[in-house]
Amino acid sequence: MAIRERMSGNEAMAVAMKQINPDVVAAFPITPSTEVPQYFSQFVADGVVDTEFVAVESEHSAMSACVGAQAAGGRAMTATSANGLALMWEVLYIAACSRLPIVLACVNRTLSGPLNIHNDHSDSMGARDSGWIQLYAENNQEAYDNLLMANRIGEHPDVMLPVMVCQDGFITSHKIENIELLEDDKVKAFVGEYNPKYKLLDKNNPISVGPLDLQAHCFEHKRQQAQAMMNAKKVILEVSEEFYKLTGRKYGLFEEYKTDDADVVAVILNSTAGTAKYVVDQYRAQGKKVGLIKPRVFRPFPVDEIAAALSRFKAVAVMDKADSFNAAGGPLFTEITSAMFAKGVFGPKVINYIYGLGGRDVKCSDIEVVYDKLLDIACTGKVDSVYNYLGVRE
Amino acid sequence: MAYNLKEVAKKPERFTGGHRMCAGCGAPVVVRQILRALKPEDHAVIGAATGCLEVSSYLYPYTAWKDSFIHNAFENVGASVSGAEAAYVAMKRKGKIQGETKFIAFGGDGGTYDIGFQALSGAMERGHDMVYVCYDNGAYMNTGIQRSSATPKYADTTTSPAGKKIPGKMQVRKDLTEVMASHHIPYVCQTAAVGNMKDLYEKAEKAIYTKGAAFMNVLAPCPRGWQYNTPDLMELNKLAVETCFWPLYEVIDGKYIINYKPKNKLPVKDFLKVQGRFKHIFKAGNEFMIEEIQAEVDKRWEALLKLAGEEA
Ligand SMILES: Cc1ncc(C[n+]2csc(CCOP(=O)(O)OP(=O)(O)O)c2C)c(N)n1
Ligand code: SF4
Ligand SMILES: [Mg+2]
Repeated sequence: MAIRERMSGNEAMAVAMKQINPDVVAAFPITPSTEVPQYFSQFVADGVVDTEFVAVESEHSAMSACVGAQAAGGRAMTATSANGLALMWEVLYIAACSRLPIVLACVNRTLSGPLNIHNDHSDSMGARDSGWIQLYAENNQEAYDNLLMANRIGEHPDVMLPVMVCQDGFITSHKIENIELLEDDKVKAFVGEYNPKYKLLDKNNPISVGPLDLQAHCFEHKRQQAQAMMNAKKVILEVSEEFYKLTGRKYGLFEEYKTDDADVVAVILNSTAGTAKYVVDQYRAQGKKVGLIKPRVFRPFPVDEIAAALSRFKAVAVMDKADSFNAAGGPLFTEITSAMFAKGVFGPKVINYIYGLGGRDVKCSDIEVVYDKLLDIACTGKVDSVYNYLGVRE
Repeated sequence: MAYNLKEVAKKPERFTGGHRMCAGCGAPVVVRQILRALKPEDHAVIGAATGCLEVSSYLYPYTAWKDSFIHNAFENVGASVSGAEAAYVAMKRKGKIQGETKFIAFGGDGGTYDIGFQALSGAMERGHDMVYVCYDNGAYMNTGIQRSSATPKYADTTTSPAGKKIPGKMQVRKDLTEVMASHHIPYVCQTAAVGNMKDLYEKAEKAIYTKGAAFMNVLAPCPRGWQYNTPDLMELNKLAVETCFWPLYEVIDGKYIINYKPKNKLPVKDFLKVQGRFKHIFKAGNEFMIEEIQAEVDKRWEALLKLAGEEA
């Protein structure tokens, strides 16, 4: 029987880490993810995990130590946010190219500057091309579930890539909600042992990791890395299916909410999708055919599936809680429109909203603005503005 | 057993030939001798920071390392090796690993005194059972001889060039060995490959087999950066020690021990004049520069004698 509990998103992630029982957790405090290593070091202090907790002197060293630990043959995990993730940048790429399936709990927060501790997605979106798999979570349950699946996905022999599990800072990381936890033994059986083929600590088969890799071979290695990311999609679906059988909780590449007969949809990541579901319900009660698509997997980007799904609608609003500062829309928008174009999906009108930067509260009335606009576009077929900012004084 | 270079050199090489470091480079000599101090039955996980040693020893698909080796980036070898050591502790506890593995991190002076200083300090403070070895050649050699905080005053480097107005690097060397002693870790030493390399070997053995964090600062001359006659490597090491530019000492649980006191301390100019990077300070009118370097060497040597309880 699953365990019914109530806890914050941070505690849920820490509990998942406890149940995974990795060999090494190396982490450094930063709001709003600080609680994760705090909870975890308590588990270590109480002897309920076998993990070595490495209280590093920076996030750069946290990721560096994870690389050393994972290359050694252990399971390594960390947690961070915003500037902490930025300080890891250099090593994120090295972790991915070294094919080390490290798992990182990312509690999304605005990347400085200006300094701001509240939620948007500028931190993980900035790391989107670092070679990490990225999973996004609407609430504490999804954060917990995604984290339990992360090792299985990353460690799959066809993948061998690091995985980042993202949830919204404060909004879900600090909010206490009901959650269903798996029993420890079930997690242990699901996650399994980590026995990589190559490890530094195999004294009978010593290896070298992290070469100087020049023109003769580097490109092939990058190509293999790219293939691993392509392979990840299938593995994510397989692992999610197995998880569904275990828990009854279904996860795909993205969630569709009331889209069956929808004319218009918004595409929204993480906690704001929860707010949008409420608005969708209200609008549905008024007979308005609105729906929601909530991406779970941003890396690898589900090009075919998302383009096919969106082809059914008259108008789509892609919502970005991060700006690309390219004067041409946020990262989710450019990925989605590029996918649609590449796959020959030209039917729907697509607009972009950049919203909630620096933790600006996103209210139902904001989401209503989006759906009203979409319904108007669906009706008139006219788009007056593609790139938009929502809920900001201009 | 008394140290015998012939015997020690018979041990199987753990750092093989074929690497691409320059002829007359101090670093590979240092690395080989340190690895000889490993017990043959022990496995090692060796890390290196980006720098000459790393780019010349593991160029895909060739590696010069017989043990397991990891290179991560320039400034994080301390953290990377500390993570591998933490995994070892956890996996050993779970019964997943048999036998002894030792952890050794190598960094150049740039990767240690400068950009990697924080990761080094963190790893040592946390007390991982590992050795951090700085092979100090006094500049960023890999990128073309730029100054570091280990570069001696007045040295001509590509970012502290000896010009018409400014005569080379204007700052004195950071004393990293002292800084590491202030970490109050069980073992800190300064050494060089001198004579039959007994000092280097015995210190490596102590550092590797002392439980907890250990730091070794090892002089590693660079014929390109220092501009000396390639075959004279061992002579340069010797002059650095005989002039007290590079004293051999160790700090064991806070106790200072000077391992070698020259009977006849040579003037530092003997060490400087064989290096092209100091050529300009030997020009007429620049005598004060040599005097200044001498005064700095004397001051530091006397301070060290005091710390070791040996008045000058
Ligand atoms: C973050 C970062 N900055 C700069 C570099 C470029 N770089 C590589 S090695 C090096 C200098 C290495 O100097 P040192 O540590 O003294 O080793 P040496 O080459 O002298 O043996 C520099 C500047 C880098 N690789 N990474
Ligand atoms: S440049 Fe200097 S430090 Fe680098 S390999 Fe050559 S001699 Fe050694
Ligand atoms: Mg150097």
